[in-house]
Amino acid sequence: MGFWQHQLAGPSDPSRDAAWEEPEPRKGFFTDTSICIGCKACEVACKEWNAIPEDGLSLTGHSYDNTGSLGASTWRHVAFIEQTTDRVEEARASGRRLVDLGMPALRPPDAPYPGPSDAAGTAPAALEGVVPTAVGDDGSLDAMAAAARTAEATGTLPDFRWLMASDVCKHCTHAGCLDVCPTGALFRTEHGTVVVQPDVCNGCGYCVAACPFGVIERREDERGDKRGGGVVSNVGVAQKCTLCYDRLGHDQTPACAQACPTTSIKFGTLAEMLDTARDRVEVLHDNGFTEARLYGANSHDGVGGTGSVFLLLDEPEVYGLPPDPRVPTADLPDMFRKAGIAAVAMLGMAVAAFAGRRR
Amino acid sequence: MTTNPFDADRPPEVPRSQRRRGGGGGRRRRDESVLVPDAEFSSYYGHNVVKPAPWGHEIAAYLFLGGLAGGSGLVGAGGALTGRPALRRVGRFGALASVALGGVALAKDLGRPERALNMLRVAKVTSPMSVGSWILTGFGAFAGAAAATELAGAVLPRGSWLARLARGVDPLATAGSTAFSMPLAAYTAVLLADTTTPTWRESYKELPFVFVGSANAAAAGLALIASPAEQNGPARRLAVIGAAVELGASELMERRMHPVVAEPLHDGRPGQLLKAAKVLTAGGAVGAALFGRNRTVAGLSGLALMAGSVLTRFGVFDAGMASAKDPRYTVTPQKERLEERRRRGQTHDSITTGR
Repeated sequence: MGFWQHQLAGPSDPSRDAAWEEPEPRKGFFTDTSICIGCKACEVACKEWNAIPEDGLSLTGHSYDNTGSLGASTWRHVAFIEQTTDRVEEARASGRRLVDLGMPALRPPDAPYPGPSDAAGTAPAALEGVVPTAVGDDGSLDAMAAAARTAEATGTLPDFRWLMASDVCKHCTHAGCLDVCPTGALFRTEHGTVVVQPDVCNGCGYCVAACPFGVIERREDERGDKRGGGVVSNVGVAQKCTLCYDRLGHDQTPACAQACPTTSIKFGTLAEMLDTARDRVEVLHDNGFTEARLYGANSHDGVGGTGSVFLLLDEPEVYGLPPDPRVPTADLPDMFRKAGIAAVAMLGMAVAAFAGRRR
Repeated sequence: MTTNPFDADRPPEVPRSQRRRGGGGGRRRRDESVLVPDAEFSSYYGHNVVKPAPWGHEIAAYLFLGGLAGGSGLVGAGGALTGRPALRRVGRFGALASVALGGVALAKDLGRPERALNMLRVAKVTSPMSVGSWILTGFGAFAGAAAATELAGAVLPRGSWLARLARGVDPLATAGSTAFSMPLAAYTAVLLADTTTPTWRESYKELPFVFVGSANAAAAGLALIASPAEQNGPARRLAVIGAAVELGASELMERRMHPVVAEPLHDGRPGQLLKAAKVLTAGGAVGAALFGRNRTVAGLSGLALMAGSVLTRFGVFDAGMASAKDPRYTVTPQKERLEERRRRGQTHDSITTGR
């Protein structure tokens, strides 16, 4: 039982679990949404490299997002969220709460904020019209940080903000899609990622229902650009991000990370990505952006930690991410146990029905 | 609600009464009132968080047919062991017919039906579908053998070597199909529960009992339709027991479930299907118990039991699909359990961390 529990939930090395004798270091993404500019270069580069067909040409009216969500033909999806001051306040408060919750706090909650001394303690009215200084105390040229410090000190927040976030497959430590795949089409690579073999998949769709993040999807039709003899392949087969498995094998960076102009999408070993993510969230907190938080950086979460770590600026559900995902197979032993009892009960019912006196 | 200089350009606010319950969830809205999300939970433009399985009603039909096959396997075995040839016959032929139809429904629903046999490429205990494929294969083989011996006994001359072979295989076929009957009827509950579809996932403790009860009730229904009154005693009893287990487990399931996640079981079309299923199942069981010795009433009761089983499966199937399509059913319970854990001071297992 211990072996199975370790296989289905909790921290683990997925490549070793999948019987790779000499796995590569686990690879992953760190998507820092605080510096995403919503250019969608990742979506385009992903489509180009992986030859993914068109995924709809209509306008949704949902800010600049016209692809809606991850899917069979959308392996990178940039979310756009427009927010007003009250939502920024809420996000800042919920982020601050996360820092206070059990996790080591960066500074005592009551300690004075180490912001610019000229701004701290000044009445907001006196600051009206004052342009925040672009030079920080340490002489760094970070206008955003300076603005955040001023906002923190004076209690003023921007009246509008635009969140952009490039979503992708999480390549979970305990991947629901992989666990439930009945054909062995989904497999764990030597890099610790999860990939579909399109020539094996028979399109049963079970992985679609088992993904806690709604990532993987079956390609249902041949919609796509067929000019110049183009073909839409893998119709009827489950599709998702491969973390550019073909590129990893040649020590190349995945297409999306390579195309990202702001380094919002970073790629490397998962250990590096986690370090980078933790450093970055600390910097943001120090600069007054208490709304910054990490998503997927905890190996004790419901999926055993993800291979794609995100830095978010609001609650995950705002971005369409589940707030407390749990891989369904974590409870599979108990499910089978219940079904086993039910099976015995079924036999019992039949025995009772036939055991009655003959008439 | 805040104001800013762009308010003048906004389309008028929709009055609250016209809005859908759940605010941010559900239907897409094009007006910018989406900028003012509901306080209860926020979603990404009402998009579903998890994806519904890309399954058509073939799968719902299979849930019924698999159950009917499993139940019929038991009825056939019971008939063979207790010397009730009519029950043996209807059980064996019913099992083979429904398992064959069920297999066709499963293959038809695949994205690539021509690769259906890839299901037998691996055996994987972490995949209820893989486990189920092997159960289905095993059951199919034994049910086929049982039906073949039944046919051989009916058409071949008694003394021929083929008839003797059939009589020799008969006990093995009975034992095999009995062994695979119960797993066949029960695994489909795990198949649904082992997903992130909220209503299926939350039902995992009781759903197997709903399904085996429903399976027995359906098989008893078929036996009531197709067997003479003097042999249908076990079928009448099985109808009552099966229906009672199904109805009792359903009730327990709906009560124990998170109230939000249980909503699709009560609301809309799935709710109507499940209500009708309960009426038909209970009616069929009462009819079979009280007037089952009347051939006509037995047939009608059997029909009601089978229809009840069909509607139970379609209702549970559709309720799950509805729960996956609305982010409310995914986000609300998850946020609640996260908050609950945090209240207890359990903060080490959140996917969102401050650092």
